[in-house]
Amino acid sequence: MRESVIMKIHYGTALASVALVAVHILFRLTQGFAESLQYESVIANYEFLPYAGMLEIILILLSIHGFNGLRVILLELKQGPTFEKSVSYGCIAAMALIILYGSRTIFMTSMGMV
Amino acid sequence: MTSEGLQISKEESGIIVSPTKTITLRIFRYNPKINNESKFDEFKIPYQRWTTVLDAILEVKKHLDHSIAVRYSCRQASCGSCGMKINGRPALACFTKISELNSDVITIEPMNNFPIIRDLAVGFERMFSTHKKIKPYIINEESEINPGTKEFLQTPEDVEKYIQFSSCIKCGLCNSACPTMATDSSFVGPQALAQAYRYVADNRDKGKDDRLKIIDDSHGIFRCHFAGSCSQVCPKGVDPAMGIQLLRGYLLGFRD
Repeated sequence: MRESVIMKIHYGTALASVALVAVHILFRLTQGFAESLQYESVIANYEFLPYAGMLEIILILLSIHGFNGLRVILLELKQGPTFEKSVSYGCIAAMALIILYGSRTIFMTSMGMV
Repeated sequence: MTSEGLQISKEESGIIVSPTKTITLRIFRYNPKINNESKFDEFKIPYQRWTTVLDAILEVKKHLDHSIAVRYSCRQASCGSCGMKINGRPALACFTKISELNSDVITIEPMNNFPIIRDLAVGFERMFSTHKKIKPYIINEESEINPGTKEFLQTPEDVEKYIQFSSCIKCGLCNSACPTMATDSSFVGPQALAQAYRYVADNRDKGKDDRLKIIDDSHGIFRCHFAGSCSQVCPKGVDPAMGIQLLRGYLLGFRD
């Protein structure tokens, strides 16, 4: 994939994350901040499907943005074809793992399996 | 004619001559053929109001130590040969007056981000290879030198888009000041990117897609952090940082 396409995705995920995380924080203000972090309240959030969907989207956006950022930082630290391939594939693998693990948590909680 | 101190003498012709002062030059010395240790040698030399750092170095070479390696040629900021770090800042030695530095000690070092050949002389291979890589010439099948073809007319507005970037003298100061060049040994660099913009913005050129492909890789234009130091040190008033941002506009689809 061309670097300009990757960077378009990078900038796009950053903007979308800011918007969705703002919504997420605003939801905390619908009740007291401490109350909103109580166990029952958090579980209720996950069981509300549109909200769980938003959390899933935030997870995907931040993982893509964060791991691409990490890739860029690492590519600047050291150069060489082997290192660069390892960094690129390593970041994609780590991103996929985080998304899978996070999605599993969101899915299980929203289905009432926790 | 003049003496050290504050006396200002006046020649019979009426030309006012400034008093001579002295300055300490700390010159970086390194010769990999002898050993890998670097050091600074100090020289006290007289200077006038108009004395440049290059004049001072040549004075040292002439009278005190002829073994100092320095590259220079035109002495008028046209050739781009005498780039070096003067009091920590990349600058052309021939374009920097000692009197403007406001310092009694001047530290002169080779440019950062370039391999040192000896003392103040650095190797330009990397910069010239990235410069060549971006195809720094107009690509157009309908060459204006072919008989029977018309010359390519440009309006002042067309010229305005790229003219400042054509002032680049390839001195390497922008690459020396670039923080990304310091860490990323494969980065294209502000000099080559500014030149890529110079040709992409030229409406006579048809090689835009080729050039954009070349700079659109993992060590290309998107590794620029927009620190802006390249533009600050350019002795010819070129603004590579702006060129890089405008070039990004083409790649991100904001410009055609």
